[in-house]
Amino acid sequence: MKNHLKSLRAERGWTQAHLAEKLGVSRQTVVAIEKGKYDPSLPLAFSIARVFGLAIEQVFIDESRQ
Amino acid sequence: MRHDKLPSETRSHHILRSNGRLALWTGAWLLTTALMTFGARLFWAGNGILTLLAIALNLLAGASMILATIRHLQVQDELERKLFLDSAAITLGVGLVGGIAWEFYGNQPGSPFAPQISHLVLLMGVTFLVSLVTASRRLR
Repeated sequence: MKNHLKSLRAERGWTQAHLAEKLGVSRQTVVAIEKGKYDPSLPLAFSIARVFGLAIEQVFIDESRQ
Repeated sequence: MRHDKLPSETRSHHILRSNGRLALWTGAWLLTTALMTFGARLFWAGNGILTLLAIALNLLAGASMILATIRHLQVQDELERKLFLDSAAITLGVGLVGGIAWEFYGNQPGSPFAPQISHLVLLMGVTFLVSLVTASRRLR
């Protein structure tokens, strides 16, 4: 699953470590999600969207609908 | 799972504490394993009560180590937990399949090897480490 994590993070000037801190996960997890190597669980995906103040579909891209 | 949303400071504090507990109980289990193995051989040969006591201590430390591992898993985030559990699953499979084949080979007449439980422990330890490192590297 693709996502806009990297660009959203860059827009806000957050580092991966800072985002990880906000989410309460490891930096490795943020890196893996950004690179699309790991799809987060639904609760974590919602937390990510909440941290950015966006709807979940504005952060994650449902490739099956494209 | 229940610690996924912990603030980072609390999370790192929990992880540090959980690492400490895991190290402590793993060390205790290793020490009691050594006590059980070498004590019965070198210090109290033939004393059944001391041997049983050493076994009980070893089981107690082992149970605490297992509980510490479960708690350690609970403070990890979902990806760390997945990596750990995937590695544990691979280790279980390799241990079962490899262990049975090795035992069968060792029991064949004329086999130059005598299977021992320590071989299985070594195989499982190496398998877990290799699986965990490989999976972590793939995510970089």
